[in-house]
Amino acid sequence: MLVCAFKKRAVRRYFLLNLYMAGVIVVELGRFKILSEYGLKSTQYQYFYYYSDAILTIFLYFALSTLYTHVFSEMHAERYVKLGTVLLLAGTALFTYAVVHQSATKLVTHFVVELSQNLYFVGLVLTYILWGAILKLRETRTRLIQLVLSLGVYFSLFAANYAIRNLYPPLYSVFVPLVQVFGIFLPLAWAYAFWRLPEDARLVPARLAVIPR
Amino acid sequence: MMAGIILVCSVVFLLQFFVSYCRSLIAASIKHPLSPEVQDVTGIKNAATGDDFARVVQLLQLCPDRPEDRSGVQAVGAYFGLLSFVRATIARLVPALSAWTETERGQCTYFAAVTLERRIAFSRDMFAQQIES
Repeated sequence: MLVCAFKKRAVRRYFLLNLYMAGVIVVELGRFKILSEYGLKSTQYQYFYYYSDAILTIFLYFALSTLYTHVFSEMHAERYVKLGTVLLLAGTALFTYAVVHQSATKLVTHFVVELSQNLYFVGLVLTYILWGAILKLRETRTRLIQLVLSLGVYFSLFAANYAIRNLYPPLYSVFVPLVQVFGIFLPLAWAYAFWRLPEDARLVPARLAVIPR
Repeated sequence: MMAGIILVCSVVFLLQFFVSYCRSLIAASIKHPLSPEVQDVTGIKNAATGDDFARVVQLLQLCPDRPEDRSGVQAVGAYFGLLSFVRATIARLVPALSAWTETERGQCTYFAAVTLERRIAFSRDMFAQQIES
């Protein structure tokens, strides 16, 4: 995805999206190193996995806020988007703390795991609101629309996965490996959007809605 | 309770995002005219139909694939499966839905044909580069 964005000169325009993908590469390399040194069931790997996942989710959350900035660029709402992003992140962190603070042991670890799960759902709701804004404002930039929609698919897959794991703990071993499968979707979808779609490509978003407008 | 609500919301949002995403992929390729060569190979002369999809995908699998195309083809393939499922179940009760699913399935086939054309062009470029070197 990074190569596609670089070749199409879209790195600066979608800087945080590219930074997130660079972060994913670094984290995956780190995970591989720890996995090969300590093994899948080691405490080191588990800690590294969940802490790095939380950091990546926060990165992705900020990447989503830049998509908001693109959609609302004509309204010059950048400052409000930044403020809203930070406030919502702080709110999610406080809510998560309120949920896990009774936990006597491993409070920080519980907090990190819960924060990551909650951010996936908050990200999903924010992406849905953004999609609504795209339809309402008649945003026509095909690349931007595909970036938002693929992010929506990604967030929904992860939020549903976490919800099923919480609802049916015996299915944990089935749904954990699916994370790796879902993880492939976003880089490929974004690579497609950068490689195949020129920045000036346009489409009518109302035609894409499930319920016609 | 909370996890249940999150699961229901996620599945509903996932369906909406997935359908819209696939339609955006199709909409981006629908303006691309098919070359006479690909029309001959796929048998798509006028309008593509859903019945041609499996054949076009088989042809697609004969060409070397490109990583950036992979997610699009897989997503549209899954969307085609979803449409076929709707057509075989709910659309039997709602005739209007039947016509809509058939149009969408035809567009999925057209998307696959456009991807086939791109892969053929890519293979030709690679072959030309090999000959030059």
